[in-house]
Amino acid sequence: MKAFFDSDIWWSFRSSPVTVISAIVAAVCVFGAMLASVIAPHNPFDLASLQLMDAFKPPSWEAEGDPVYVLGTDDQGRDMLSAIMYGARVSLMVGFCAVVFSTVVGVTVGLVAGYMGGKVDSLLMRIADIQLTFPSILVALLVDGVVRAAVPREVHDQIALFVVIFAIGVSNWPQFARTVRGSTLVERNKEYVQAARVIGLSPLRIMRSHVLPNVMSPVLVIATLNLSFAILSEATLSFLGVGVPPTQPSLGTLIRIGNDFLFSGEWWIAIFPGIALIVMVLSVNLLGDWLRDALNPKLR
Amino acid sequence: MRAAAGSGATPMLEAQDIARHFDVSKPVLQRLIAREGRRTLRAVDGLSFDIPKGTTLSLVGESGCGKSTVARLVVGLYGTTRGTVLFDGQDLSQARADSTQRSRMQMIFQDPYASLNPRWRVVDIVAEPIRAFGLLKDRKAILARVGELLTQVGLSPLDGQKYPHEFSGGQRQRISIARALSSNPEFLVCDEPTSALDVSVQAQILNLMKELQQRLGLTYLFISHNLAVVRQVSDRIGVMYLGKLVELAPAESLFERPRHPYTRALMEAIPDLEMTGRQRIPVGGEVPSPISPPPGCTFHPRCPLANARCRVEVPVMKPALDAMVACHAVEEGRG
Repeated sequence: MKAFFDSDIWWSFRSSPVTVISAIVAAVCVFGAMLASVIAPHNPFDLASLQLMDAFKPPSWEAEGDPVYVLGTDDQGRDMLSAIMYGARVSLMVGFCAVVFSTVVGVTVGLVAGYMGGKVDSLLMRIADIQLTFPSILVALLVDGVVRAAVPREVHDQIALFVVIFAIGVSNWPQFARTVRGSTLVERNKEYVQAARVIGLSPLRIMRSHVLPNVMSPVLVIATLNLSFAILSEATLSFLGVGVPPTQPSLGTLIRIGNDFLFSGEWWIAIFPGIALIVMVLSVNLLGDWLRDALNPKLR
Repeated sequence: MRAAAGSGATPMLEAQDIARHFDVSKPVLQRLIAREGRRTLRAVDGLSFDIPKGTTLSLVGESGCGKSTVARLVVGLYGTTRGTVLFDGQDLSQARADSTQRSRMQMIFQDPYASLNPRWRVVDIVAEPIRAFGLLKDRKAILARVGELLTQVGLSPLDGQKYPHEFSGGQRQRISIARALSSNPEFLVCDEPTSALDVSVQAQILNLMKELQQRLGLTYLFISHNLAVVRQVSDRIGVMYLGKLVELAPAESLFERPRHPYTRALMEAIPDLEMTGRQRIPVGGEVPSPISPPPGCTFHPRCPLANARCRVEVPVMKPALDAMVACHAVEEGRG
């Protein structure tokens, strides 16, 4: 632990106020989202506690506001603050799982392509190139459309979350694959890998225990930057109505609902989830930028 | 001469007319557009030698002459395009498939900064061959063996807990040697093990390698471009030029009576205090490209003794006293 506090990474973290602030903001978002069921003032999904009388209450500082609902309520009388916390939980969860999915697929493909080389490399990288030519939203819409057509509606609602995770994850893996392949090509020709080959270790074992640990630092950076991208993709899909099911609204779903009321004066229903989304994505992005610089030996 | 004494016994390593060509042609589409054929780089083109047990054979030559490729061929990192390598009388690919045979050969690399995995502790680096071959199962026994190996190469057993970046180049090379020794090998391929080190450290590493050879009865294939280094460690020396051997002779004989004009030119280039101020005759010109080597003897464009025959007829290795030389001029007594 002491070694960590003495390290360059910790020093570069401490000496950048923007990074410290974004780390705090990101931590607040993550904890607020994870502990939503404990600390949220209301449970927006408990139908029994919902009062239609409370619908469309503005934020508490407005003239007609109710101090019970700090950020106001939506058309069903649900507390916006609580809905945002629950929504952020879904957004973060989908984003995180999608990044894990694309990291696993991308790193595996990149390692194999870079280490094996030749025809395997060409084949895998052409697949990645083809994947890259499709805009990620298009891929996600396609996957969602296919699944919707293939399975009955009840089943779809149950697996919708996984479909979104898969759709976002599958459109992002080529970036990981390309980065890892590049680093693997460099590491493969280093003499420590040749030493392992002289001993006769299997390619799988060399890739896992020698190459993988040495290509992971750029992956960490891309994964962080991709997290914000995945959260945004999920919000976009949900805004378009093809994302997570309405029973588990994410931030994107909340913005879509709010969008219907934007022009009739109930601005808070769309604006507050929007701000929450921006703050979350921005803080993750700033952290990712810092990580990229901190792990780059040339910028030290 | 130990080579003669060892005749009759199976040599540790025998290379028969080995060659390795690399395909360096452009991608198919570009080739079609430019109407070019395939291009092959003949890194090693027909090399024969043997290394009797317990002796050291060195290969010397300029950069790009294929020395390192030979090193990688004889441990099986590259496959041969032509010819066979026999490891203790057994075909190399068969020997590589058998883990007991494989554990008898090891390699030491040139760059001490790239040859150790930066994320591993020294103890794991040195223990890797032990674990890979399953020589010792017990964790304690492995640790003890690693400590012993580190002591053997002049490091402390406590150094095992450190990471490679905490060591200097010479110390890292010692770790490399410890790793190579950990599988109890009999045959070590050393690919320029000292060229990245300071001169004072070079001597230490060479002394360590010689001492280990005497103590453990090791056989070395030693690759280097430094003649002074080679003179110190070798029993026999092979001089390479453009993927071929031009002269193979016992170490002292080569330094006293270099026969091939290329060997003589190399000897001329050795800095020497006694020769200060003396006129040197440099080798003119550049090394030709191994993609399109000159016809006949590949050395003829730079050779002071070249004549019409050298420009068309490829010389073969022929015995000349205690050495083997591939040169028409030497054969005809023109030199």
